[in-house]
Amino acid sequence: MENFPILSFITFLPILGMILILFVPKKQEILIKWLTLLVTGVQLVTAGFIWRYYNYALGGINNLNTFQFIERFRWIDISGLTWLGNVKVDYLLGIDGLSAPMVFLTALITFIATLSSWNISKSIKGYFALFLLLDTGMFGVFVSLDFFLFYIFWELMLLPMYFLIGIWGGVRREYAAIKFFIYTLFGSVFMLLVMIGLYFSTTETLANGSKIFTFNIIAMMDPKNFTATGILSPFNPNNLRLVAFIALFVGFAIKIPMFPFHTWLPDAHVEAPTAISVILAGVLLKMGTYGILRISYPVFPEITHQLAWYIALFGMINIIYGALCAMAQKDYKKIIAYSSVSHMGYVLLGMSALNSAGFSGAILQMFNHGTITAMLFLGVGVIYDRAHTRGVDDFGGIANQMPIYTGFTTLAFFAAIGLPGLSGFVSESFVFLGSFSVPSIRVISIVSTLGILLGAGYMLWTFQRIYLGELKEKWNKLPDLSFREYAMLVPLALVIVALGIYPSAMLNLMNSSVNALTDFMNNAQKLYSLVGKY
Amino acid sequence: MELKYLFNSLPYIKPELILAASLVIIVVADLIITKKKELLHYIALAGIIAAGYFVLEQFSMNAFAFSSSGNKGMLTVDSMGAFFKGLVLTASFFVFLFSFSSNEINESRSKLGEYYALLFGMILGMFFMISASDLILVYVSMELVSLSSYVLAGITKQSLRNSEASLKYLIYGAVSSGIMLFGISLIFGITGSTNLYEINYILRSPETNRVILLLAGLLVFTGIGYKISAAPFHFWTPDVYEGAPITITAFLSVASKSAGFVLLIRFIKVAFIQNSLNGYWQLLPAVDWKTILLVLSILTMTLGNFAALWQDNLKRMLAYSSIAHAGYMLAAMAVLSNQGLIAILIYFAIYLFMNLGAFFVVMLISNKIGSEEIDNFDGLGYASPFLGVSFAIFLVSLTGLPPTAGFIGKLYIFIALVDAKMFLLSVIMVLNSVVSLYYYMRVLKHLFLRKAEGAPIELKVSFPNAVVLLMLVIPVLVLGLYFTPLVEFAKNSISVLGF
Repeated sequence: MENFPILSFITFLPILGMILILFVPKKQEILIKWLTLLVTGVQLVTAGFIWRYYNYALGGINNLNTFQFIERFRWIDISGLTWLGNVKVDYLLGIDGLSAPMVFLTALITFIATLSSWNISKSIKGYFALFLLLDTGMFGVFVSLDFFLFYIFWELMLLPMYFLIGIWGGVRREYAAIKFFIYTLFGSVFMLLVMIGLYFSTTETLANGSKIFTFNIIAMMDPKNFTATGILSPFNPNNLRLVAFIALFVGFAIKIPMFPFHTWLPDAHVEAPTAISVILAGVLLKMGTYGILRISYPVFPEITHQLAWYIALFGMINIIYGALCAMAQKDYKKIIAYSSVSHMGYVLLGMSALNSAGFSGAILQMFNHGTITAMLFLGVGVIYDRAHTRGVDDFGGIANQMPIYTGFTTLAFFAAIGLPGLSGFVSESFVFLGSFSVPSIRVISIVSTLGILLGAGYMLWTFQRIYLGELKEKWNKLPDLSFREYAMLVPLALVIVALGIYPSAMLNLMNSSVNALTDFMNNAQKLYSLVGKY
Repeated sequence: MELKYLFNSLPYIKPELILAASLVIIVVADLIITKKKELLHYIALAGIIAAGYFVLEQFSMNAFAFSSSGNKGMLTVDSMGAFFKGLVLTASFFVFLFSFSSNEINESRSKLGEYYALLFGMILGMFFMISASDLILVYVSMELVSLSSYVLAGITKQSLRNSEASLKYLIYGAVSSGIMLFGISLIFGITGSTNLYEINYILRSPETNRVILLLAGLLVFTGIGYKISAAPFHFWTPDVYEGAPITITAFLSVASKSAGFVLLIRFIKVAFIQNSLNGYWQLLPAVDWKTILLVLSILTMTLGNFAALWQDNLKRMLAYSSIAHAGYMLAAMAVLSNQGLIAILIYFAIYLFMNLGAFFVVMLISNKIGSEEIDNFDGLGYASPFLGVSFAIFLVSLTGLPPTAGFIGKLYIFIALVDAKMFLLSVIMVLNSVVSLYYYMRVLKHLFLRKAEGAPIELKVSFPNAVVLLMLVIPVLVLGLYFTPLVEFAKNSISVLGF
């Protein structure tokens, strides 16, 4: 167990599966499906192993020695001319309490999304091959600790996502797919520039004592590693750190999606097939906030302190604006899509507090939102598969016809509203606990609580329109859940209830890292004031 | 020039001699062979490979040849030249392989002899362009390239479009080379020399007339800009690319452009640079090339990308895209540093594979459906998944997304730009790549997202073509993930003879 490259295994297993699938004849649809399920199943089990051997005491964040399951070898090694320096890129993987929950979430969601892809009927082979490619990209983002590697995985996801929405999506799929692609690329090209800027500002000391430029994210967190004249070095009096932070933040914010960069999300969600919506909401959106916590915050701590108030403000706007938009929609899927915008706002609010309660809330909310929204989207998928419509007003009284299905969606709805006893409540209360205790954003925090009220409003109203009331004549033939649908919904429901009752399971996992991050952010102020410009 | 200098210089032009010999052999063989014209393909390939062998030994050379006066020569043989000669030969190699199965070429089989003879003339001209360090030789070699390409653009004479392309090319070419010649005469008037090294020496004296020099520099740049299709000298590009046979278009877009770039690099680096400091080239105060290149690069990439958005013909779209790529490489040139030069070399090597690949796929498809209009490509990604996926890889690489080689090319340009603190240019360039995404993805949209109308088309890729395609796809994928050898190679090939 010691030397097994478990993170590479979990990341690249899908690529292996993809290659296998490419060699399976097109007609063998069942085989392709089961192969994909096997791959994602093995990933889930592997994630279980990671959890089993995970050391809760180690914090990670800015200390590579306290990361776990580290894999490191030199990938690119270009010997130097003096004026070019040595270009060395590490293949560096590792997880801490920040990425571990995301790894588990991704494993769970992809497994369930595979089940939910079972009724895909068009070019099955292409679908599952792309699905597995996407899978690799998602894991890669969460486990890589080298910016270059991170960027490659980040971009790797775009193309499969474009095709998955564009080929298997709804009526306006072409528009939605290209919109998603262009928005995300727009953000990530700036990330690329910041990455190169950081590369030229950070050095890493080699074993032989020589210093080289590095893409290592951990090295970028230590002010000692910055060069004297680097453009993003705090030692340089004319540095562009503020601009770089904003550029990087926008790159991540587009993925979250943060207002005003959120407009791709409703389109993408509405057009995407159910499984892809589940992945999109369950995993992809988390990459934005994960990136901020993993890179933006610790690499630019002094700027983060300067701009925390604005982050909180945008969090608030997301919460309120997303909720109001959700309230105005008539399309079931669009409502859920906008509810994602609103719920991701809590993550932003939580992380802007810069204290341990806020961080815990934010990370927990990332996990919980992943499971809850996945369940909500599956709920939409189930009814859409049967009725072929998503108009909220087309339905009514579904509870009479499909009681078990309605039971599951009720659970998801209540979890989304934040009912105590379900997981959403815990994370939201941590977020408010954290943000309320910071005087500068207290008002923002108070206003944001309106979001809970609005959330309850649109959620219950939607629920009432679809599930309650009188059953319409045309829907009295709808069958209740099939076995496959149970298999999708039950695990998520269990997780939601379990984390509602016993949130410590997740909180303990990330506790050390949250403390490390909080300490780092608080000490950074002192650290960076020493190096001059703060 | 004494005869003995001439003979002493011959070892430096072995590849050129081979190319000239191949040209003659092809002309003669064309006369002898009457039935099996296909043999000419093989003769041509053999000529390329033989020339390639001698280019290899030039990587370690650093010498002047054909000294006209003093000890500076008409030709310089250095590793950068060797790199680009290798590039031109590789491009020729692939284009010759494409010619095997190009419908356009096969339908006019009787002209195969002329086709290859002219191609060899063009390659020969490019080789001289690459090593020329005397403006007279620059002009003559450029004319050799141009004259061959005017004819080649219209060689099939199948359609009006074809002849139109040829004529347009000729008119634009004649005008721009005339302008360039005027520039050269002005430079000669100021400095009294046509040798780039001597020009550099004279320009170092403070009393040069800067206004006329600026004018002369711009006029010469017009000729070079025409070759690399930089805006605003690009107007011929879309029409010629659309009208010419696709093999020639592919060849022009890579080889002709790379020869033009070497000329630009040599012209600026030899004649206008004072010295090099930490890899950054310090310009003589004579002409502010940095600003000129900066502005032209922004103009070229932006114009290329925005014009490509509206194109429905794939050849035309790729023509505009090649203009945009010239803009990216000009951006690296504008850095005026060794790092920028490395970036250009890396970019060109990668551009060769991805651009030729894209043209090859278009050729294979249009061989079958007889059209290059994007609307006729609907759903064809499913007709041959291998072809479709390869095309997707080339287009993604042209956009510059990881994990393809195109990303590495762009990355190195950005590294050069950011290191030189040219942030405005880097921001404009990244925004340009976002724009380019739209039209590249538009092709994929038609290939995969649309359903074919009418009867499904059978697209079979023959085994030899599949091999050629793999030879292009594999480098694009492998260099995207492991680019160490390419970068090392480029780094060792940037020696430009001079100061």
